[in-house]
Amino acid sequence: MSQAAREPRALFVDAGRCIGCHACEEACSECAGHGGQAMIHIEYLARAASVQTAPTVCMHCAVPACASVCPADAIKVDATGVVLSALAERCIGCGNCALACPFGVPKIDPVRHLMTKCDLCYDRTSVGRQPMCATVCPSGALFYGTRAEVEDQRRARPLDQFRFGAQVVRTLNHLMVPAATDLLAIAAGTAPRARAEQHLEEALC
Amino acid sequence: MARLPASTETLIDRHGPHLAFEPPGGFAARGTPDRAVKTHCCFCGQQCGVQLLVKDERVIGVEPWEEFPFNRGKLCPKGIKRYLQNNHPDRLLYPLVRTGSGFARIGWDEALDQVAERILRIQARHGRDAFAVLGGASLTNEKAYLMGKFARLAVRTRHIDYNGRLCMVSAGAGNLKAFGIDRAANPWADIALADCILVAGANVSECSPITTDYIWRARDRGARLIVIDPRLTPIARTADLFLPVKPGRDAALMNAILHAVIRLGGLDHDFIAAHTTGFEALRDALDAFAPERVETLVGIPAARIVEAAALWAQAPRTMLLHARGIEHHTHGVDNVLACINLVLATGKIGKPGCGYATITGQGNGQGAREHGQRCNQLPGARDIENPEHRAVVAERWGVSPDDLPGKGATAPQIVEKIHAGEIRGLLSLCFNPLVSLPDAAYTQAALERLDCFVAIDFFLSETARHADLVLPGSLQEEDEGTVTSVEGRVIRIRQAVAPPGEARQDWRIICALAERLGGGERFQFAAPSEIFDELRKLSAGGTADYAGITYEKIDRQMGVFWPCPDADHPGTPRLFEGGRFGHPDGRARFHAIDYRPPAEDVDDDYPVILTTGRVVSQFLSGNQTRRIGPLVELYPEPRVEMHPRLAARLGIADGERVRVVSRRGALELAAHVVATIRPDTVFIPYHWPGAQSANRLTVRAYDPVSGIPEFKVAAVRIERLAAAATRREP
Repeated sequence: MSQAAREPRALFVDAGRCIGCHACEEACSECAGHGGQAMIHIEYLARAASVQTAPTVCMHCAVPACASVCPADAIKVDATGVVLSALAERCIGCGNCALACPFGVPKIDPVRHLMTKCDLCYDRTSVGRQPMCATVCPSGALFYGTRAEVEDQRRARPLDQFRFGAQVVRTLNHLMVPAATDLLAIAAGTAPRARAEQHLEEALC
Repeated sequence: MARLPASTETLIDRHGPHLAFEPPGGFAARGTPDRAVKTHCCFCGQQCGVQLLVKDERVIGVEPWEEFPFNRGKLCPKGIKRYLQNNHPDRLLYPLVRTGSGFARIGWDEALDQVAERILRIQARHGRDAFAVLGGASLTNEKAYLMGKFARLAVRTRHIDYNGRLCMVSAGAGNLKAFGIDRAANPWADIALADCILVAGANVSECSPITTDYIWRARDRGARLIVIDPRLTPIARTADLFLPVKPGRDAALMNAILHAVIRLGGLDHDFIAAHTTGFEALRDALDAFAPERVETLVGIPAARIVEAAALWAQAPRTMLLHARGIEHHTHGVDNVLACINLVLATGKIGKPGCGYATITGQGNGQGAREHGQRCNQLPGARDIENPEHRAVVAERWGVSPDDLPGKGATAPQIVEKIHAGEIRGLLSLCFNPLVSLPDAAYTQAALERLDCFVAIDFFLSETARHADLVLPGSLQEEDEGTVTSVEGRVIRIRQAVAPPGEARQDWRIICALAERLGGGERFQFAAPSEIFDELRKLSAGGTADYAGITYEKIDRQMGVFWPCPDADHPGTPRLFEGGRFGHPDGRARFHAIDYRPPAEDVDDDYPVILTTGRVVSQFLSGNQTRRIGPLVELYPEPRVEMHPRLAARLGIADGERVRVVSRRGALELAAHVVATIRPDTVFIPYHWPGAQSANRLTVRAYDPVSGIPEFKVAAVRIERLAAAATRREP
């Protein structure tokens, strides 16, 4: 068996390619059992300054903070490393998971007292298909496959380590980042401006 | 006659737009589909493959169709939520006749008899050309063909045109002049093979989202991206070079880029000599367009223009893509030709990864402009004023060329002729001019002046509210047929469900009317496939030759690119290979393009440029997408986008409601203060009617060749509303 075949398939998120079209959300909302609700969310980072958008979706941490802090033991991890959505019969809707998640992923449904989040579309991935969000994404901001596949096709590199303050988090899903980045430090501050944004500043009026 | 039969509020209450959010019975009751129908999206010209899920003969959802090669399962939000137009509470289910207080249900026979009787009565009194027909570019090839035949042989009017007049005609005219063929020169797969891609006036990330995938596949290989746009669109944000052109100055900019290419030694002299004519005149004309000389005019520093020229000239393989941003102008055809000049002068066409395309807007933006529902055209992309072309079509239709009406008025000219009292009656299918034509107040006054207006539609559009008779037609998924996608690929639209209630497939309505108008023997079709067979035979020998295309071949090949002259021909994905163009001498034409200012430039009274366009979640006049809840939620109402420097000068805060005023009218809407647009320009999307309609502001000025309206430049001023003067949004 080749290395590629042994590698787990995961979601590779390249916010740089995101065009903010919301196709992933609309597709997710159509997935079985989602009942019209999306488990992935597209947001502008700073619309006043930029059209940059980014998908927020569960990164499926190796040691998931959401599960660690859950008082009801409602969040389970399956054999492939997928952190599952809260078990409806256990979840008490306390919101600890939402507070603990470093990526801001879990949402609490106040009516059902239930946490919901992405579980990587088990119904699709278990039969060899992609999650619908990655299938439809028109710009390739969402890619589902192996690390070898994405490295073969893309210039950006996949990254699965993130430092939040002093804590380093490893994840099943990856963010695509510029080559030679091996750890992403999340910090406050202004984002560097895109070249095109500088070109607009030069417009002669 | 055709004033609204009831108040707008009453009509909205009865006919919508209402919002649909869930499949029939809700998500919980959706269950397992009985079948998945492989078809295409009903919206834009990308024509993404998609599967409609059907249960109990109702469309209940979608599933990506990953095997279809164009989009490989990729979809935009419109394609995913499109299924919510089915089972919609606003759906027209039976024929309606105008009453004193709204519309009342009548039977089909009575409705069809009344339509025919009114058409004939108007024509008896005012002449045949007093009745006009409007079609649309979302119609299948079969329906587009039928509309042209219907207008000319059954209604026997010269006045038929279509809403592609607002979309593809500048590109089409430019392509025809330069290449002798009006079609994207390359299949989309060539985009992914290019080394440099120039996108001019095309917000691909919102208006043709799937195209971003092709662009990124090229960039994954190292391709460079240049984007020309007054707004920093999502794809432009990532560009290697962004040229924020001042609206209306595209031809000058393209001339300047070519000027710089020549200085850099980027001409392909062999290609120019062997495959083109007219370069010397162009070269002389370009003298006036040195980047340093036009930088103020176009609003971009000369150095950036030179940078674009260098990127273009140095790349072995290039693709130039443009869309409405350069085409919606009084000099739209000039802009197109200036783009083509750059492509031809550098010999970058007709090769893998190397060529040119205009991005069609509507679902059948390509096919619907080929088969004769345009005022100047006969099927097979033939010219209605060319005696040989007329003779061919007349012979195949079994009439004398003298019985074929001549060239008619364009859609905007039809509205003008209604104002003038020259056209008294109108039949419209698949067109919502009240929202989509410039200067909406003028269009509304025209509708109110008609003696008779017949609308065939699936929802009661803002325009159809003015109708005397409304005939319930079919949604795209309720009929069979073909469309021709952005690539020139002829593909199959498959029926998923039957029209609901008493609604009928559009072609059946047209044929039934033809029967009553006395031309029935030429409209004896039992199925769309029979119309297609007639169309393809008629197109044989024409430019857009479909003769060798069959439904079966489309299925087998996942589409067939025209020209496809015979059964053994595989189709033609890439045009102009080996530098052979469509003109009789096989050579492409250069055109010396001068710069002409927009029809309405800014002045002291109206100092800001207004440009209009689309958002990703809505489609054109919104007759479908404004009824789909999840899409409406993504962008509920139009806002006026302006730069913080302009906003600061006017004292306007983000979110504040402002009044935008042009010489045609005024609009009140919220300001969206963002640094992603030129400071001298504001943007309003045009998908909404009435008090939210951007086209209340736009100008009735048209390209002299194509007749396209100048949607992309109008002069406006922005006023603060007194009531909001002290309010500041956080």
